[in-house]
Amino acid sequence: MRITLNVHRQAGPSAPGHMETYQLDDVTPDMSFLEMLDVLNENLQDDGQEPIAFDSDCREGICGTCGMVINGQPHGPEVTTTCQLHMRSFRDGDTITVEPWRADAFPVLRDLVVDRTAFDRIIQAGGFISVNTGSAPEAHSVPVPKPQADRAFEAATCIGCGACVAACPNAAGMLFMGAKVTHLGELPQGQPERWSRVIDMVKAHDAEGFGGCTNIGECAAACPKEIPLDVISQLNADYRKARSKVKD
Amino acid sequence: MRGYFDCFREEISTNGTTLAYKYSMALAGLLFVFYVLMHMYGNLKILWGAEAFNGYAHHLRILGEPILPYEGFLWLFRLLLLAALFVHVGLALPLWSRANKARSTRYVVKRTVRATFASKMMRWGGVALLAFIVFHLLQFTILKFNVGSGQFPDTVVDPTTHETIANPYPLVVSSFQVWWVVLIYALAMFALAMHLRHGVWSAGQTLGLTGTPAKARAWNLAGIAIAAIVSIGFIVPPLAILFGLVGK
Amino acid sequence: MSDNLIHGLYREGEPIQDPKAPSGPIETRWTRRKFEAKLVNPANRRKLSVIIVGTGLAGGAAAATLGEAGYHVKSFCYQDSPRRAHSIAAQGGINAAKNYKEDGDSVYRLFYDTVKGGDYRSRESNVYRLAEVSCNIIDQCVAQGVPFAREYGGLLDNRSFGGVQVSRTFYARGQTGQQLLIGAYQALERQVASGAVEMFTRHEMLELVMVDGRARGIIARDMLTGEIETHLADAVVLASGGYGNVFFLSTNAMGCNVTATWRAHRKGALFGNPCYTQIHPTCIPQHGDKQSKLTLMSESLRNDGRIWVPKRAEDCDKDPRQIPEEDRDYYLERIYPSFGNLVPRDIASRQAKNMCDEGRGVGPAIAEMGPDGVERQVRRGVYLDFAEAIDRMGLDTVKAKYGNLFDMYLRITGENPYETPMRIYPAVHYTMGGLWVDYDLSSNIPGLFVTGEANFSDHGANRLGASALMQGLSDGYFVLPNTIRDYLASGPYPKVTSEDPAVADAERSVRDRINHFLTCNGTRTVDSIHKELGAIMWEYCGMSRTEEGLKKAIGLIRNVKQEFWTNVRVLGGADELNQSLEKAGRVADLIELGELMCIDALHRRESCGGHFREESQTEDGEALRHDDEYAYVAAWEFGGDDGAPTLHKEPLVYEFIELKQRSYK
Repeated sequence: MRITLNVHRQAGPSAPGHMETYQLDDVTPDMSFLEMLDVLNENLQDDGQEPIAFDSDCREGICGTCGMVINGQPHGPEVTTTCQLHMRSFRDGDTITVEPWRADAFPVLRDLVVDRTAFDRIIQAGGFISVNTGSAPEAHSVPVPKPQADRAFEAATCIGCGACVAACPNAAGMLFMGAKVTHLGELPQGQPERWSRVIDMVKAHDAEGFGGCTNIGECAAACPKEIPLDVISQLNADYRKARSKVKD
Repeated sequence: MRGYFDCFREEISTNGTTLAYKYSMALAGLLFVFYVLMHMYGNLKILWGAEAFNGYAHHLRILGEPILPYEGFLWLFRLLLLAALFVHVGLALPLWSRANKARSTRYVVKRTVRATFASKMMRWGGVALLAFIVFHLLQFTILKFNVGSGQFPDTVVDPTTHETIANPYPLVVSSFQVWWVVLIYALAMFALAMHLRHGVWSAGQTLGLTGTPAKARAWNLAGIAIAAIVSIGFIVPPLAILFGLVGK
Repeated sequence: MSDNLIHGLYREGEPIQDPKAPSGPIETRWTRRKFEAKLVNPANRRKLSVIIVGTGLAGGAAAATLGEAGYHVKSFCYQDSPRRAHSIAAQGGINAAKNYKEDGDSVYRLFYDTVKGGDYRSRESNVYRLAEVSCNIIDQCVAQGVPFAREYGGLLDNRSFGGVQVSRTFYARGQTGQQLLIGAYQALERQVASGAVEMFTRHEMLELVMVDGRARGIIARDMLTGEIETHLADAVVLASGGYGNVFFLSTNAMGCNVTATWRAHRKGALFGNPCYTQIHPTCIPQHGDKQSKLTLMSESLRNDGRIWVPKRAEDCDKDPRQIPEEDRDYYLERIYPSFGNLVPRDIASRQAKNMCDEGRGVGPAIAEMGPDGVERQVRRGVYLDFAEAIDRMGLDTVKAKYGNLFDMYLRITGENPYETPMRIYPAVHYTMGGLWVDYDLSSNIPGLFVTGEANFSDHGANRLGASALMQGLSDGYFVLPNTIRDYLASGPYPKVTSEDPAVADAERSVRDRINHFLTCNGTRTVDSIHKELGAIMWEYCGMSRTEEGLKKAIGLIRNVKQEFWTNVRVLGGADELNQSLEKAGRVADLIELGELMCIDALHRRESCGGHFREESQTEDGEALRHDDEYAYVAAWEFGGDDGAPTLHKEPLVYEFIELKQRSYK
């Protein structure tokens, strides 16, 4: 396959960015998108040009490290992570535009690499259950009804890649936050901190400079783990209830 | 347990989270939904002629008498609507600006997947509706100017009760005999339909009432249904007048 | 001098013992060790600092736990967030001797199974402790909100895993590692928020700092700014994972590397059993020479799928559905009639390799280096066929059981496994070897502790399925926090400043190395050299190993090393995000490790667990251990850049379990 790539290049966090065009002739349909970029990088280095910086680690769709906006869609045209996108999703002769996640809460560090530590800080604000090692009761002492356990699991599959933010017209982090609030809020173990958690996380979310949600649904459509939009509803409901229960 | 509105007041004055803004917008928005449904219902009375329409207008003015003075309810309701408008618009603007700041560098290529036309139109559509509301109030409430021909008395004597009552009927009929007035209203009703179609769903989601797929579907359908009912209900009288089915 | 070298490659030193090895009844050993380990007054803990490198299950759990206890913790990871560590990719589950199924499981049985599964090359005391602690792990994780699979009654579900006969594996669909890691990550972030843990993301440890014979800190590079930072502490914990990426293609993450442990090894830490490599039989085969990594599919597929290759090589490029039953060779069922497709991982892997070496592999032919060093085209894949399972169980049942795996296969290969048989091939998955540690998880360098896959303990020569997560969390949550206090109780250790000559030397060596990479200005990219190393390792130190092949490999690796240090080309600068530079440092260390792996494999002239020497097999071609000669841990001492490593043997003593040769016929 012959592919033309339009790639965002940026030397550093404060350097200006620009789009650069590259040609690649020896692409095979079985290659993953990132392997295609690996090949491009090998070619660039052979020509004495610096390779395109991009994040990836597990390359099996679970660590959440990779992510780029491909032809205007986070992780590209399939519902999956960038590392699990394959070139067979494109056609010979295609031109592909590749950009980093765009959100001021995720500043670009270099080329396609962005800083997503804002997500870590949202978790620090309350995305946990406070239980010190060794203080846990016997695992079977608290049964969890299967429907709740399943819903908690579904929300817990979030990989923290940030595609929801990249897709959102408002660059909101609500699906990420909703997934965590739902995961912990559905479980009996998460109840004691349920209300303070949601308030603290929302405050952290806003302080990081994410936008507000307008319920458009682009986040859920872009989510490689198909986290449903109703986790945002649960976040909203919990926040509403929390505001009437918790005094700062 | 503290009251609902205390929470919002506190939210806005102290925390000002995006979620608090959105709750307030959603509540104000739902008040408008209730209002436009009532307004539309009243407008349809015009199809039954001057007596029915003027009678309806009169009843609005004496609603709550004798506890309330003449037009007491009307003015209370107008004040409530005005306050809601300030909340709705006054919070939409900072959220809009926040969203712009949350993504100060835009994508070169951006493709949306799930976003509806209505959801993309919320902000500029809202601005259009605001402009329309100003025009509409000037036309029928404040200045009562007639773009058609003729002058009409503000009041009329009810033939059956011999009371002096409000007389909006001739101004309405005369106005909608002008094709471009009807066109403006038709466009405005399209904007209103779009705003309601996303707004109703969005309010349900923001208030956290869409936590299951079934509820989410119900709110989404409610948005579509209310948008259709209100916009059709509103545009039927002007069209009926324009085509001479009413007011001859 | 070199005359004394065995095979001209290494020398044998004094045997070693685990100085902390406990004695007495095995059931009480851990309890007694915890009691005997000195305590640290809560008021003093804040004055004691611990550096932890790596934020996977072993590192993240340890950082969270030590932070909760009140120590001053500095946690490092090369990823952009601690949540990305590769523990996240474990699919199957985590073992624990809860005996919730009342099917005869017990701590003792888990202990027994793990020692047996490790082919009798692990320490009894360590393994018993692992089994004992396993139950606490489940309690801890459930309390943290890890959404394990549950039954309709609301209690936890278990399944049997990896061929054991009891159901003791706890799981969260196919994403157990992810859920456990997120639990540890959240606990860690909670400590970051409380100020107990200082988190350094996108930081890579490049050198160990030793002062007066103790591990006192690390030199790390801030991967964003390129700044070389010195971090000092009272103790250093390495939880940096395994080194499967020495094979270039493996199921490890792209960034997995050996640098942290290798730098410690170069400073004197012994490396235990480097040759023990676990190869997982059910991975998706390589599609071409541009492949960057391999993907594992759960072993559970072998429960219902049947593995076969065509009987005749000329059928290999045919559509498998056109090959009639009588022309198929269900080789595992043929060779191992009682276990069939469920033989252990190493046997299933090796037989797949044998079939492909015979020329009966399927799928695309890929260029590779043959044993003679000449490039050749080989099909590397065997069929895993569900046609019969679909007939027997119905399409819906197969879908319910394996749907997500089939979807994954479809996504990666573009082939529909409901219609055509899947193709699988073994891939490197886990490394049992690692830095040598004592019962306290302390290396032979005082103050240097090693946990999780980075150490060599617990799994012996082979790891049971669903035991990696168990070991990582056992080390991180329960073992290390109890043993490290014994060391910290003697602290705070004398204050060290960055002006100390040992610190300055370490920092200078890091700068010199980076400078060399950037100015070498050769013609080869780092990846191209890494691929070359991987091909050598896979061919000669992969699923089966021979004396001749290993010797050849060592020569080839030395050439690769030479090529790397004289002809690598790394573009860009030192003071910026430079991914080629990061890789260069990692590959430099992987090359040196590769040589040691081959030497270890060469010296161990027996087959055990994940190490198969063709010279040591039964008449039927089965792995043959030599307990009389090799029942020891091979702990290697670094011999200097041009010197030879020294082998120290730690004899393994079995007091409770009788050594048996396994048989799967």
